[in-house]
Amino acid sequence: MNLTLKIWRQKDSNAKGQMVDYKVTDISEHMSFLEMMDVLNEQLINAGEEPVAFDHDCREGICGMCSMYINGEAHGPDRGVTTCQLHMRMFKDGDTITIEPFRAAAFPVIKDLVVDRTAFDRIQHAGGYISVNTSGNTQDANAIPISKHAADEAMDAATCIGCGACVATCKNSSAMLFVGAKVSQYALLPQGQVEAADRVRNMVAQMDLEGFGNCTNTGACEIECPKGISLDNIARMNRELMKAQF
Amino acid sequence: MALDSKVPKGPLKDKWTDYKNHINLVNPANKRHIDVIVVGTGLAGGSAAATLAELGYNVKAFCYQDSPRRAHSIAAQGGINAAKNYQGDGDSTYRLFYDTVKGGDYRSREANVYRLAEVSANIIDQCVAQGVPFARDYGGLLDNRSFGGVLVSRTFYAKGQTGQQLLLGAYSAMNRQIARGKITMYNRHEMLDVVKIDGKARGIIARNLVTGEIERHSAHAVVIASGGYGNVYFLSTNAMGSNATAAWKIHKKGAYFANPCYTQIHPTCIPRSGDYQSKLTLMSESLRNDGRIWVPKNMEDVLAIREGRKKPTDLSEDERDYYLERRYPAFGNLVPRDVASRAAKERCDAGYGVNSTGEAVYLDFASAIERYGKEQAKIQNIENPSAQKIYDLGKSVVEAKYGNLFQMYEKIVDEDPYKTPMMIYPATHYTMGGIWVDYNLMTTVDGLYCIGEANFSDHGANRLGASALMQGLADGYFVLPYTIGDYLANDIRTGKIPTDTPEFDEAEKSVKDMIDFFINNKGQHSVDYYHKKLGKIMWDKCGMSRNEQGLKEAMAEIKALREDFWKNVKVPGNANEMNPELEKAARVADFLELGELFAKDALNRNESCGGHFREESVELDGEQKGEAKRNDKEYAYVAAWEYKGEPADAVLHKEELEFKDIELKQRSYK
Amino acid sequence: MSGFFKSSIGRKVAMALSAFFLMIFLLQHFAINLLSVFSGDIFNEVSHFMGTNWLIQFVMQPVLIFGVVFHFIMGFILEIKNKKAKGVAYAKNNGAANSTWVSRNMIYSGLVILAFILLHFIDFWFPEINTKYIQGDWSGVHEGVEGYRYFHELQEKFVNPARVAAYIVAFVFLALHLLHGFTSAFQSMGATAGRKKTLQNIGKAYSIIIPAGFIIIALYHHFNHIH
Ligand SMILES: Cc1cc2nc3c(=O)[nH]c(=O)nc-3n(C[C@H](O)[C@H](O)[C@H](O)COP(=O)(O)OP(=O)(O)OC[C@H]3O[C@@H](n4cnc5c(N)ncnc54)[C@H](O)[C@@H]3O)c2cc1C
Ligand code: HEM
Ligand code: SF4
Ligand code: FES
Repeated sequence: MNLTLKIWRQKDSNAKGQMVDYKVTDISEHMSFLEMMDVLNEQLINAGEEPVAFDHDCREGICGMCSMYINGEAHGPDRGVTTCQLHMRMFKDGDTITIEPFRAAAFPVIKDLVVDRTAFDRIQHAGGYISVNTSGNTQDANAIPISKHAADEAMDAATCIGCGACVATCKNSSAMLFVGAKVSQYALLPQGQVEAADRVRNMVAQMDLEGFGNCTNTGACEIECPKGISLDNIARMNRELMKAQF
Repeated sequence: MALDSKVPKGPLKDKWTDYKNHINLVNPANKRHIDVIVVGTGLAGGSAAATLAELGYNVKAFCYQDSPRRAHSIAAQGGINAAKNYQGDGDSTYRLFYDTVKGGDYRSREANVYRLAEVSANIIDQCVAQGVPFARDYGGLLDNRSFGGVLVSRTFYAKGQTGQQLLLGAYSAMNRQIARGKITMYNRHEMLDVVKIDGKARGIIARNLVTGEIERHSAHAVVIASGGYGNVYFLSTNAMGSNATAAWKIHKKGAYFANPCYTQIHPTCIPRSGDYQSKLTLMSESLRNDGRIWVPKNMEDVLAIREGRKKPTDLSEDERDYYLERRYPAFGNLVPRDVASRAAKERCDAGYGVNSTGEAVYLDFASAIERYGKEQAKIQNIENPSAQKIYDLGKSVVEAKYGNLFQMYEKIVDEDPYKTPMMIYPATHYTMGGIWVDYNLMTTVDGLYCIGEANFSDHGANRLGASALMQGLADGYFVLPYTIGDYLANDIRTGKIPTDTPEFDEAEKSVKDMIDFFINNKGQHSVDYYHKKLGKIMWDKCGMSRNEQGLKEAMAEIKALREDFWKNVKVPGNANEMNPELEKAARVADFLELGELFAKDALNRNESCGGHFREESVELDGEQKGEAKRNDKEYAYVAAWEYKGEPADAVLHKEELEFKDIELKQRSYK
Repeated sequence: MSGFFKSSIGRKVAMALSAFFLMIFLLQHFAINLLSVFSGDIFNEVSHFMGTNWLIQFVMQPVLIFGVVFHFIMGFILEIKNKKAKGVAYAKNNGAANSTWVSRNMIYSGLVILAFILLHFIDFWFPEINTKYIQGDWSGVHEGVEGYRYFHELQEKFVNPARVAAYIVAFVFLALHLLHGFTSAFQSMGATAGRKKTLQNIGKAYSIIIPAGFIIIALYHHFNHIH
């Protein structure tokens, strides 16, 4: 199929960006979206132009690196997938596809479609861990039984890949789904209890400091999250923070 | 230089304990004055960085992604082994050790493997304490699955995302140290050279991938944990950015590269769909527990299927060739990875591949669905269930086991694997070869360590499923922190390593020259053009099956390709900005050298062992006719290559392998 | 604790608390209004009680005013902050793909409600204040009106069809506001997990029945008075 692409181009974080139109031809419906971008870039290189910079690595939906806002949706129109798992069969011959970087004041553009998501890392530094030394002098792994239900729920929260689609998609650029998922994972496990109050306080404080917006429960993040992280995690974080006041 | 593996004396099972009791320690006050660079933040690098920082060293950690959490360890699906014997099925340190050595086709170092098995149990304790949500049973205890054709259930898992959860555990340990200021994290940085001073590794040159700035970083020791080099094939299950650059650069500075030809080609990956393909996706090995692999028996059916005139489900049982069951009645579809891969290739080479590229075989769940369906009908006391009922019941069982994989498949291929068989084909997955290290995980350069998939150490010629994660974390959490202390104990009075020395100047200059070359070269082909060509040579001639002629051709072709690359490669953009094409160019330049050494190593090793299959070395008669034949008399050694300029000129050093605690046997799966 | 209300989640909670308060008030208000349909007398009694009881006048009324003011000011503050948090806007954004129109436009439904509240104040509350606090008339009676004046005033107001129309529009927007707001407030308080469906249903019922009720009452008086 033949497509028109409208892509955000921006030289670096200080430059002003703009949307630029490109045409690609002979795109197979079996290609992944990023393979279509590869075709475009090969075309640009051969024409002596600068290829479009975009983040990607694993190309199988797990590293959380890829991050495109496609036709007005984070990771494009398909559900439960990252950009790299999106396939061209979701589009039709002759379509115009708008491709923008994930937008949030806390995610400044580095170049073209590449944004800086280190704010997520800094939130994790603030408390996204259990303070246990890696010396190996821990108790036996089976010493504390954990109910299957709690373990499964913790696992569901822990599957977040830190892609930032929740922030990108949220009209408020709120990071609460991401932070809620991490807070929940530890809140659901006995190992996480000792530091629970400090953890949620510190992580939320850092989240605010980074300039993420305030959740108004539109639920868009849950829909666009490629890993199906549930809104319940935000509710749990709210509870945890309230609990932490007492 | 003779290779000294520095394996401690004494009985196998006491070596590690004795070693730990006798090494030099660094006083905590002194650790504060010692810097360590860790390149890579996967399971190996992440766990090492966190542990070293906890011990008190100042750690500088590097990764090329935007966050340490994105290292490719994140993609591991199946699980991690540990000799916990929680299932009470007779597992033990010895058994895990034995399985690993045997699985590696007797090409690994006994002492290292035993130590790995010894610390494996500790990894699970550690990870649980960190909050890794491993799967549990209804009693609240940890669950296990069996993996990779071993006789015990020792694999711990977190759904299909074990690597992710373990990496996030290591990442959380890192975060704690970053918050304490003990780790300085350099993300979006790529190491482009190591700096040696007086024969010791004392720093690295790294490029800031955002600004393009070339930076100098010094330290008292350097740890390379940069992962495997599977991307030498262009297409693999590795991440797009996975590269050999860090490993190759240290090789060029004196670290020997061991067994580059040992590659694992995984049988169950989603096939290529066209020339635009950029990477391949693994479908977990566990699928082979229930799926049956086949191709049509008759050529007419193959053509009919390719042309869309027939569907696979139209073929009757006796029109199908369940070739693994036919060739290996004892193990059937559960033969080891390398055997299954070669068998698929054999059928496809013979023309029986079932998709348009001719490189795909079927993995069929119809019988599993029927079997489970009938079983469920019995359990639920349904009398004379209809075929539909059986299908529905069976489908729900299969869904519970593999639902996420089936969904992943459907997203990629757009076919429903419950209704029509999956198509699979082998793909490069893991590299057992890597930088040679001694028992201390130190390379042949003093103060330069190598851990995780980047080193050659524990898996011999073939890796067992769920053992790479184990090795990465063992190296980082439990081995390196001891062994490196022994070395650093001599450095407590050295003081900060300055970066304004001729050695740094020189290393920086060579990096800058390379970058300038790329930017200024007005070539005509993109980097991918070369990478794809290299990949094709590697796949065709150094792939699942290798022979002398092919390997010689490969060496010549890669050399020619490399020469062309250095004349005609085209890199757009500038040096002092984010420039993904420039990053790729530097990586492919190294793959173009590594590829040739790979072929040379494969040529040298005229035996079939593990993932390395030489057509010249097969059983000639008897029941095993045509199967791989190992040659212990001549090849029971590690081939460690010393860099001498051209890859073709690399000099071979042999580390002879001794097996005192294990008897060597030929594998048989008939 | 003061730190808590400065945090994003604290603000969310404050917003939800003020919203809960408003929703309870609304329920109460509705109950009283409903009486006017059945019996002018009872309505008058209750209104007089509400209008003259010191607890309600001097405690509840300021709290209510504070609640309303707090709620919309906080709503504005959050809206501004959130706009800033987005930075550059998307060239193309398909919000409808993942969220409801009402949830994305609480500020607009809120603004309509605010406009209505102003109208409402002009209609009822300012005259009340004028009568009671400026003229000092706490009797609740009016010349030429039998019994208390409240019912009469109520009916007077709904004669003008334009006002009734404005009233209806406002309550439609209130319904929209609540369609998202009701469950949202529970989610903000951390209460949804496990009970989502029930809450959503109660939320839907509340947000439709109450505003619809107000509208019916208005129409009732409008048509009744014409006769
Ligand atoms: C799809 C898939 C599934 C797998 N499943 C399993 C499984 O179920 N069980 C199992 O045991 N194993 C599995 N493996 C293998 C296992 O995941 C890997 O071998 C292991 O995770 C490697 O870890 P590592 O820390 O050595 O390297 P990686 O995780 O690859 O990390 C490499 C790090 O080095 C950094 N780096 C690389 N080059 C540079 C440079 N030049 N400069 C700076 N930084 C650099 C990267 O940024 C990254 O942080 C799987 C592998 C794949 C690909
Ligand atoms: C005075 C005019 C009003 C304005 C400007 C206004 C504005 C807002 C805004 C912007 C929000 C979004 C914040 C969020 O979703 O978290 C909100 C939420 C809400 N509003 Fe209003 N509102 C007004 C009146 C009312 C009234 C009268 C009620 C109910 C009787 C009400 C009930 C709610 C509820 C329940 C929420 C959800 C609270 C939450 O999410 O925690 N609002 N309002
Ligand atoms: S919560 Fe979902 S959308 Fe947000 S970062 Fe995690 S995986 Fe991405
Ligand atoms: S590239 Fe890793 S999730 Fe898309």
